[in-house]
Amino acid sequence: MTPDQILEHCRDLSSQPLGAVAGRWKATHPGGRAVAAYPVWAPAEIIHAAGMLPLALLGGGTSVELTHADARFQSFVCSVAKSSLELGFQGIVEGVDGFVFSNICDVARNLSSIWKRNFPDTFVDYLHLPQNSTSPSVPVYAANELRRLAADFEQAFGLTVTEPALAKSIEIYNALRARLRALYAFRVAEPQKLSTTELYVTLRAVTCVPPEEAIAWFDTLLDGLPRRDARPRDRLRVVVEGAFCEQPPLGLLEVLEEAGCYVVEDDLLLGWRWFTSDVATDGDPFERLGAGYVNQAVPSSTRHEGREHRSEGLIEKVRRSKAQAVIFTPAKFCEPALFDYVLMKQGLERAGIPHMIVEFEEKMWTFERTRNEIETFVESMLFE
Amino acid sequence: MPAAVTERQYQGKVHEHSRRLMSAWMGELSRAEAEGRPTGAIMISGNCVELLRACHILPMFPEVTALQNAIRHKSLPLILKAEQAGYSSDNCAYVKADIGLFLEGGMGPGKPMPFPTITVCNYVGCNVYVKWFEHLADISGSKLFMLDVPFARTAGEPSQADVQYVVSQLKELIALCEGISGKKFDIDELREILGYAARAEEGYARSKELCKARPAPFDAYFDAINMMGPINVLRGTKEAAEFFDVAVAEFEELVAQKFSPLSEERFRMVVEGPPPYPYYKNFRNLFSKWGAVGVASTYSTVGGIWEWGFRHDPRRPLESIAEQMLRENLTNRSITARYQQIKRYVEEWEADALVIHSIKSCRLFSAGQGDMRDYFTRELGVLTLLVESDLEDPRYYAEAQLRNRIDAFFEALEHKKVVAAAH
Repeated sequence: MTPDQILEHCRDLSSQPLGAVAGRWKATHPGGRAVAAYPVWAPAEIIHAAGMLPLALLGGGTSVELTHADARFQSFVCSVAKSSLELGFQGIVEGVDGFVFSNICDVARNLSSIWKRNFPDTFVDYLHLPQNSTSPSVPVYAANELRRLAADFEQAFGLTVTEPALAKSIEIYNALRARLRALYAFRVAEPQKLSTTELYVTLRAVTCVPPEEAIAWFDTLLDGLPRRDARPRDRLRVVVEGAFCEQPPLGLLEVLEEAGCYVVEDDLLLGWRWFTSDVATDGDPFERLGAGYVNQAVPSSTRHEGREHRSEGLIEKVRRSKAQAVIFTPAKFCEPALFDYVLMKQGLERAGIPHMIVEFEEKMWTFERTRNEIETFVESMLFE
Repeated sequence: MPAAVTERQYQGKVHEHSRRLMSAWMGELSRAEAEGRPTGAIMISGNCVELLRACHILPMFPEVTALQNAIRHKSLPLILKAEQAGYSSDNCAYVKADIGLFLEGGMGPGKPMPFPTITVCNYVGCNVYVKWFEHLADISGSKLFMLDVPFARTAGEPSQADVQYVVSQLKELIALCEGISGKKFDIDELREILGYAARAEEGYARSKELCKARPAPFDAYFDAINMMGPINVLRGTKEAAEFFDVAVAEFEELVAQKFSPLSEERFRMVVEGPPPYPYYKNFRNLFSKWGAVGVASTYSTVGGIWEWGFRHDPRRPLESIAEQMLRENLTNRSITARYQQIKRYVEEWEADALVIHSIKSCRLFSAGQGDMRDYFTRELGVLTLLVESDLEDPRYYAEAQLRNRIDAFFEALEHKKVVAAAH
């Protein structure tokens, strides 16, 4: 496939219902299992090492009308929690054998238990990922937690995760993440050759296929995209921050660029590119993966980092990507993003980095007001 | 509607005793800076207040400050101040009131509410705690210690791995506190403190047990607040242990006299969720007029669930603190584990109904309470009312709507009672 064909394929894949994605893979892997992870991070390596297909549970976007879930979750709860549950009620995730949630926020925590109660025949696991980033006891704890997940897979599906298999899966995901980092670096260098929606649908498609398949796409993309013919335009280079869980509609990402921005960094689907460098494969792979979650992590609103101020990771992102401004895009009702916004904006102001905020909901379908706001922001920056 | 039920004016020794103890603690806090006493901010839920006490760190609780401001109708200007600074209208109002207090100049050096010397985030289930204490440490410049307590995500007792993880961190916290207080930690002092804690826990559990009586001697939702201070804030002190000795004696006497906080106990309800502190009395009145008494509540167990028998064990000091944080409190348990807690209350305390007070601020409590209602109404046949407001932000309290729903619910209950009596 050519780069454009891959991008089109990814766009198609990323719009398919989760159950259909699982079903297609199972058709060629008789007896296979598929397990989906709710944002932000879950050890896809462990799912993969068990011989299963790792997927992502990312809500219903604009594709599903709430008919059951809004009676379970109140109006002040984020859309992604409700629409994810709705996918269960409407059978749209049928074919997915299990779901993994983690301690990203209080809503995700409750969603995990409510999912289990309403769909008792489905495997549900809840990971408590460490929030302490400095205690010497963290690597052992994290490794135990990941081993517990592997043991639960074994009990539920009869699939064993051996240490050699996990080490191999870590290697494969290292290879995938290295390519993702390279693609992000390419966008920093030549944002005119890869739009944010193109990059996003590619990332999203990564959550629908085995990593080996995605690696092949990236090799083609990294080879072909630099040859694309596109001239740089006079646009504002921005970092998009805050959309790490609920998925922004593609229309919003398009509007960001149409209104005059190059998005050169973002935190979209952050969990699938969590590690800043390769996870070590020598020694105990559970411990390596667990320690990596804390010590090789991208900055995230869902993890406490005791070694630096909340805004430092973002400021570093701005500098590394040579961005001129930050556009905060928290999902409506997303407490981690909305709380971090305050400390982050204070940090940006101290560093003299301009910023603006645009809240979104996955079901958002009209973007004119947002376009006006962003255009005004961009103009104020470009023509000052 | 039958003859109106009135609230008795009797408030007993418990109310006054609690007020005295809590005022003394607040007084200590306001003098701490001048006296050079180190202070430690911690959260109510599944806290390790005994450990701070043994480390000679005076505990302070931002949640208590926030609720006291709300109950005194002072929370809204603080919330607005925080929103002006960038906090969202969708963020927890407890946090906003606390930050607003700082922005208004009510917290900090030389103020009745000092900056904490150390900020200990006992991360027990509530993810907002992490954010709150990051922000508090940021404004106060105090050292933040993140005490990561794994969520109760497996059945049964906490695993040894989880207990050891928490114990390891408690040891690190002790070392940090020694550096702050300049005093060597004494494990025997902690054992003595835990002994007092266990006595208070026994008394709190016994007090709640007494609400199984008909009529219940106090309202285990609205009156429990008088005991929540001593059990959550002052736990581990001799004064708190004695407080519960007195409380139990008083409640036993009230049970013997068949005393109710209302002129008539017409309905027994289990209440789920925190109260609307800005309109505490108004909210209570909406139930009192129907003769509805809270015989058990989940909010009273945020700090610890003592009624199922867990007690701190001075023989295993750090392990038992870890176990309490891991498992023996409402917030570190799943929402569906809470269903089972409520179910037990409904059955053992012989309640007529479940009232769910859903608050916007605390998603840990509220997110998914529609599912809870579904479970109780459809699967268990328990009459359930769900109403919404907030624990801190008065803008979310709509009394007319609340009254309509509460009146309609109890009218239906009254009707059922009449029909049942006729058969």
